[in-house]
Amino acid sequence: MTMNGADAVLRSLEAEGVDVAFGLPGGAILPIYDAFARGTSIRHVLARHEQGAGHMAEGFARASGRTGVALATSGPGATNLVTPIADAWMDSTPLVCVTGQVRSHLIGTDAFQECDITGITIPIVKHSWLVQDVEQIPHVMKAAFHVASTGRCGPVLVDIPRDVQEAQLDFEYPESVDLPGWKPPQKGHPRQIARAAQALAAAERPVLYVGGGTLNADACEELRTLAEVGRFPVVTTLMGKAAFPETHELHYGWPGMHGPKWSNWAMNKCDLLVAVGARFDDRVTGKLAAFAPGATVIHLDIDSAEISKLRQADIPVVGPLKQVLSDLADELRALHGTGHTPRTEPWLRQLTAWREEFPLRYRRSEETLKPQFVLETLQELTAGRDDVVWTTGVGQHQMWAMQYLLCNTPRSFITSGGLGTMGYGVPAAIGAKAARPDATIVCVDGDGCFQMTQQELATSVLEGLPIVVVIVNNGYLGMVRQWQDMFFDERQSQIHLTKHLPDYAKLAEAYGGVGFTVDNEGDLEGVLEEALTCGRTAVVDARVDAAEQCFPMIPAGAAALDLVEFPDEVDEQETVAAA
Amino acid sequence: MRHTLSVLVENKPGALMRISSMFARRGFNIESLSVGPTERHDVSRITLRVDCEQHPLEQIEKQMHKLVNVLRVSELESGEAVERELALMKVTATPARRGELIALSQAFNARVADLGADAIVFEIVGDPEEIDSFEELVRPHGLKELVRTGRIGLGRATLNPKPNRRQHVLT
Repeated sequence: MTMNGADAVLRSLEAEGVDVAFGLPGGAILPIYDAFARGTSIRHVLARHEQGAGHMAEGFARASGRTGVALATSGPGATNLVTPIADAWMDSTPLVCVTGQVRSHLIGTDAFQECDITGITIPIVKHSWLVQDVEQIPHVMKAAFHVASTGRCGPVLVDIPRDVQEAQLDFEYPESVDLPGWKPPQKGHPRQIARAAQALAAAERPVLYVGGGTLNADACEELRTLAEVGRFPVVTTLMGKAAFPETHELHYGWPGMHGPKWSNWAMNKCDLLVAVGARFDDRVTGKLAAFAPGATVIHLDIDSAEISKLRQADIPVVGPLKQVLSDLADELRALHGTGHTPRTEPWLRQLTAWREEFPLRYRRSEETLKPQFVLETLQELTAGRDDVVWTTGVGQHQMWAMQYLLCNTPRSFITSGGLGTMGYGVPAAIGAKAARPDATIVCVDGDGCFQMTQQELATSVLEGLPIVVVIVNNGYLGMVRQWQDMFFDERQSQIHLTKHLPDYAKLAEAYGGVGFTVDNEGDLEGVLEEALTCGRTAVVDARVDAAEQCFPMIPAGAAALDLVEFPDEVDEQETVAAA
Repeated sequence: MRHTLSVLVENKPGALMRISSMFARRGFNIESLSVGPTERHDVSRITLRVDCEQHPLEQIEKQMHKLVNVLRVSELESGEAVERELALMKVTATPARRGELIALSQAFNARVADLGADAIVFEIVGDPEEIDSFEELVRPHGLKELVRTGRIGLGRATLNPKPNRRQHVLT
């Protein structure tokens, strides 16, 4: 069928099953937007900033398990996508970005809105294409989706000059890809899996250290089976949060810089550490040489380059986690059949004892609203629901969200882990809403983060994608302040934003949403309840105690045993145990 | 320790940039690099010389493997490969010293590529270590300019090309 390149892009997206795309038009991508106007089954969500479009596509991908699609024009439109692309790269989020480029004959001439976006993004994409011939479009689009979503997921970029969008081709969507250099592993090696099973059967103090790869691999069921068969404790990283039910008796929290003591001690004292789609990030390990010092390491991952990148793996298994975990559970059952029974009960009792001995704590107050109380209340209001999806920004509020929100459903906690992108929460929530229209999407944000992408409230209201934003507003760049207080002798530098300006409730109303302001414990529950049930785009400005710091904390580069607990100078009666 | 890597890549725009960018961003240092066509018109061969320990070498190989344009990465281990390099050297040579220099070059199978009133351009093809030796010998005469291609290599005639064995273990 004869059509132009722009139509071919849309027909390709349709062939890939895309039903929603996020973007913002401009000169060099006009033909593709004209194709939208002439008709397509794809819903286009108009963002207010290309960065917003990119994070929406990420939020969509993370909530749905499908590949997100973002569109932008050349030059500044494309460079505004760089942050979401880098974010998707770090967090292995499948993302296809389509950018317009100046006409072919203008490339290299410093033309208006020209920039070498394929060059700029080379270090942060799995692959990219500058399409120079209209005939390539269907093949490139097919390859783009294939590369983004197979092996270790991640972002790809397709840059299409305007004249290529306008040129005619005879469209036929290919059934297969021709990528001789792209051969992701199809199956974990049975011998390695058998070795891993033997090590698991023999271990007395094993820990499953579960990362975001488990969610990407759609292997949460298999993970649960393995944990239950072997009675293995599970800790989930920030990216792996919700891959394992957090109210399950075998879930023992979250490792790393702001993880609870019991989780970090579990990692530190284990004799067998099983990394499942996790990559030994510095925020998890702290001082690498002191991380899980006595443990044998089994590393299960789809990406062979992660094996022994930071921590030497004693038993690596490279393959799709769904199959690897499933086979591992089968092997383990077989071993149990021959007389090996799980030996982990004393270890589980020890972990439970640590959890009871060192709970997450903070001091409640009559006068001020504590940020942790906001998160605890959100948890109580949504407990047991499987139709709530959380997104966050980056900073203290994100760490409190990790600690206090208990997520039981895969893909219900969406955050920027690797890149740590402030401003991720609001647009990611809108993308998640597009993926799950029936779910309640709650963005737990900081006041610093919110102000980076707040313009997308317009997108939320006008596109009919209502979200609830709870701003944990302490008037500061709180995590930066915490570091300045702890590591720079309290010399506070350029971190005060003020709590009351802007007036976030009024801002929400200005955007056509509902706004709430709350600054005390008594009103909090009612306000949150109303925001969660109003069905409209709602912003809750929760003005919290600015002095509160996020604990526990393992300072950067320190070991798990150097964990700094919540300061313990007051009466035990005033402390509140959680989790 | 120095290693020579032979990398087959699809002959596509940006393939070399993707590899060199990966080296730069992961902090790996390339000592020499040469790119050229192979027996297949759609495939190029990149020969890379790196100075690193075994662990970073494995990382380099695995990170390169992840690039969509990279078809095969193999290490050319010494003794199992033929390695060659071409160098051009412009050496000061007054008529009085010419004879001595040319005699020296013959011992290395170097060739006079150009001759001027007070300089000679030598061309030498060989084992990179031989070129090092020749360079040292002509340097005292006044080495005005030097260019080397960087080494290229192939597995010995008796060997079939094989991917690095470590990849087999992992996948």
